[in-house]
Amino acid sequence: MSEQLQSDFDKIVKTSNLSNEEIRFKKIFLDNFKKKGFPNRKQEDWKFLDISQIIKKNISDLSFFNDYSQSNKIDPSIFVDGLEHNKIIFINGRIEKIDFNLEDQNKIEIIDETKKDISFDCENSLIDLNSAFTDKIFKILIKKNYSLKKPLIIYHSTDDKIKSTNINLRLDFELGENSCLKLIDYFSNNTAKNFINIFYNFNLESNSILKNYKIDKFRNNNLKYSFNNIEQNNNSVSETFILSAGSDYIKNEINCNLNGEYSSAFINGIFSLKENQQHEIRTTINHLVENTKSYQLIKSVLGKNSKSVYQGRIFVSSKAQKTDGYQLSKAILLDETSEFNAKPELEIYADDVKCSHGSASGSLNEDSIFYLMSRGLSYQQSKELLINGFLLNVIEKITDSEIRNLIKNIIGVKE
Amino acid sequence: MDTREKDIEKLKDYKYGFTTDIENIRAPKGLNEDVIKFISNIKKEPQWMLDFRLKAYERLKSLKEPNWQKPKYPKIDYQDLYYYSAPKSMGDKPKSLDELDPKLLETYKKLGIPLQEQARLNGIAVDAVFDSVSVATTFKGELTKHGIIFCSMSEAIQKYPDLVKRYLGTVIPVTDHFFATLNSAVFTDGSFVYIPEGVKCPMELSTYFRINASETGQFERTLIIADKGSYVSYLEGCTAPMRDENQLHAANVELIALDDAEIKYSTVQNWYPGDENGKGGIYNFVTKRGLCKGTNSKISWTQVETGSAITWKYPSCILKGDNSIGEFYSIAITNNHQKADTGTKMIHLGKNTKSKIISKGISAGFSDMTYRGLVDINSKAKNSSNYTQCDSLLMGNKCGAHTVPYIKNKNFDSNIAHEATTSKISEEQLHYCQQRGLNPEEAVGLIVNGFCKEVLQQLPMEFAVEAQKLVGISLEGSVG
Repeated sequence: MSEQLQSDFDKIVKTSNLSNEEIRFKKIFLDNFKKKGFPNRKQEDWKFLDISQIIKKNISDLSFFNDYSQSNKIDPSIFVDGLEHNKIIFINGRIEKIDFNLEDQNKIEIIDETKKDISFDCENSLIDLNSAFTDKIFKILIKKNYSLKKPLIIYHSTDDKIKSTNINLRLDFELGENSCLKLIDYFSNNTAKNFINIFYNFNLESNSILKNYKIDKFRNNNLKYSFNNIEQNNNSVSETFILSAGSDYIKNEINCNLNGEYSSAFINGIFSLKENQQHEIRTTINHLVENTKSYQLIKSVLGKNSKSVYQGRIFVSSKAQKTDGYQLSKAILLDETSEFNAKPELEIYADDVKCSHGSASGSLNEDSIFYLMSRGLSYQQSKELLINGFLLNVIEKITDSEIRNLIKNIIGVKE
Repeated sequence: MDTREKDIEKLKDYKYGFTTDIENIRAPKGLNEDVIKFISNIKKEPQWMLDFRLKAYERLKSLKEPNWQKPKYPKIDYQDLYYYSAPKSMGDKPKSLDELDPKLLETYKKLGIPLQEQARLNGIAVDAVFDSVSVATTFKGELTKHGIIFCSMSEAIQKYPDLVKRYLGTVIPVTDHFFATLNSAVFTDGSFVYIPEGVKCPMELSTYFRINASETGQFERTLIIADKGSYVSYLEGCTAPMRDENQLHAANVELIALDDAEIKYSTVQNWYPGDENGKGGIYNFVTKRGLCKGTNSKISWTQVETGSAITWKYPSCILKGDNSIGEFYSIAITNNHQKADTGTKMIHLGKNTKSKIISKGISAGFSDMTYRGLVDINSKAKNSSNYTQCDSLLMGNKCGAHTVPYIKNKNFDSNIAHEATTSKISEEQLHYCQQRGLNPEEAVGLIVNGFCKEVLQQLPMEFAVEAQKLVGISLEGSVG
């Protein structure tokens, strides 16, 4: 693989006009990645789903080369109807359009960071891979006291021009004091067998609010990895919702550092999986100062041959007294071949804290089904109703009513 | 001063910290084939036993010491240890208690286990293990009447080779992890229990472990077999003298329960925990595993872990037989610089298997405590269920409490429920107790005992009293 990496890297250097400085930076990341390779099961964080094996099995000849000199056609049929929104359109590894036409242009700044040192300190080799091969890097800066009027939707799309390729995206977001951003990631991938690697870095200044909704609904054969790093200052709030249903493999990883007092983080997720899908959510919430709060709720509905993994970690530093941390994961296994793995972890060094977690998994409750059937519903209807109720509970946690309704429609749950 | 306080005063220091001046026979220092042959030879072991050891040693060479655990420790030089140490007077095993070295008897008296008296009083049958060898087993006559075999491992190898050969290494194979394999290669003694078909053991069986010599590792091996329809309750207690260096204790315990059999295994572990600054103390790296081999069998682990500088163990149950039950009740207390990484593994293989885990962790001072557990329900383990509850109590903000459960559910007919909480003793609770005339220390003792009650209840009577006291003593000085 090492040779392939090098030759693809050289090809990119040839086809795109990168400055020497940029090449130097990228080279460092490339060497780091070459040294570490794809993560595997020997690493604790990748214990349950081994990405190096999954890539090997699903993508026989993964290419790292992506021709960034060619622009891609935007297909408007992928756009979400019935909701006015700003757009970032990301096709085949290129950011084709950034459109904030609905907003006050003076309040939003888009900074090209491609030529800056964008290194991010972490063990994760996939971030090195991202930094080495990603095309453009933008920073989106929301200025002080500005709340976006409309949500921002990032369209992640690939067309049949691209196959068996590693696609990388990196975006940085800076939310100024007292600002607000609603961000929806909308995946519509038609092509098969690409490995998509997304890295967002958020910095939330005091009193700012971030709402991130990740929607991967449509069945496709791609493998995805998404990493959100969230730095939070005083009184900031982050809300993340993950719908994990479409891809063959997707791992959503969230690292949240609560650096400011009274900051809080909320993570809610749904796995809805069918044949041969293997999905994972891994969260790390670091409570670093006093009076911070985190809440996590993850629910899985698992069909034939599917597997979901939830690894959640709450870390409470010895300074972080009065922490409130909560974690709950629940799973319904619908078939004898479905599998649920969880590792809810607490690491606590302060004594005046309230931390708890719970995890439960099993099949649908037969008594509940009996109850519904005795009232005239068919077996199938009863099952659907119970699953509907099971998931609705997570969706109701979404604080934005417009987006909540959108997501309800996308998933197809009823109230 | 009321009696409780006096008790605490008396026990404030580690009361088992004395050493016994007794002559020892030791194997040459270091770990190699010759030492293993020496151990095997001095114990007059048959060839198959030596082969077993050598096979383990061969395997050991290819194994690396694991390092994924939370408490890190300085590298152990395995060549700088004595792997065999025995009181000299044990060269020829005494026929009866009267022939025992009086110094040994004295030691056990100090530990509160007067072997001679116990032979007369009706109570618990004790097998005492001093350094590496078993020195005395009481109540032989009574047990033989029921056909129960309760003796030292070495004796069992000589007298009941068929049983030992058949079961030894079936639960913890010689190819297991580093410490278990090390034990398989060099284990010196331990207890052997066989309960015949349909027998309900009339008394509690107990082993008392004592590390005395310095620079020795203690590697004992316990094997308990409960044949069809039998029942046994087994207790284990441990102490060691205060020494500045760290001593390694790597034991293996194997339990096998056949159809309808039940084994109840209780441990009160009070190895020397090191001094207030974290100097010295025992490294307690023990492998305990039970196999519910038959249908309707049951294995229950109860542990009270208050000692050791580092405790690193996971008493496990492999629920192979249909309808088998595994239980794990644990109290782990760490104070000063103690560290613990403990928990359990419940591996469900058979149908309708059930497991229950109740773990209570208390950390104070500068200590660090981790609950690490695995619940794995196999795809064939239809209609199984697990319930896990692990609660941690923190005293002060210099200590840590961690929970790392691994949950794997591969069967849609099965249910797993897991709950964990972390909290501290609330001001209200303390206030309430103090208002009623308890001093802060007593109040904490009372609240902690309440916190641990679910586990303490599982212990046999005699142990429960001791354990309750231990809980109080271990937390001595952590309030304020």
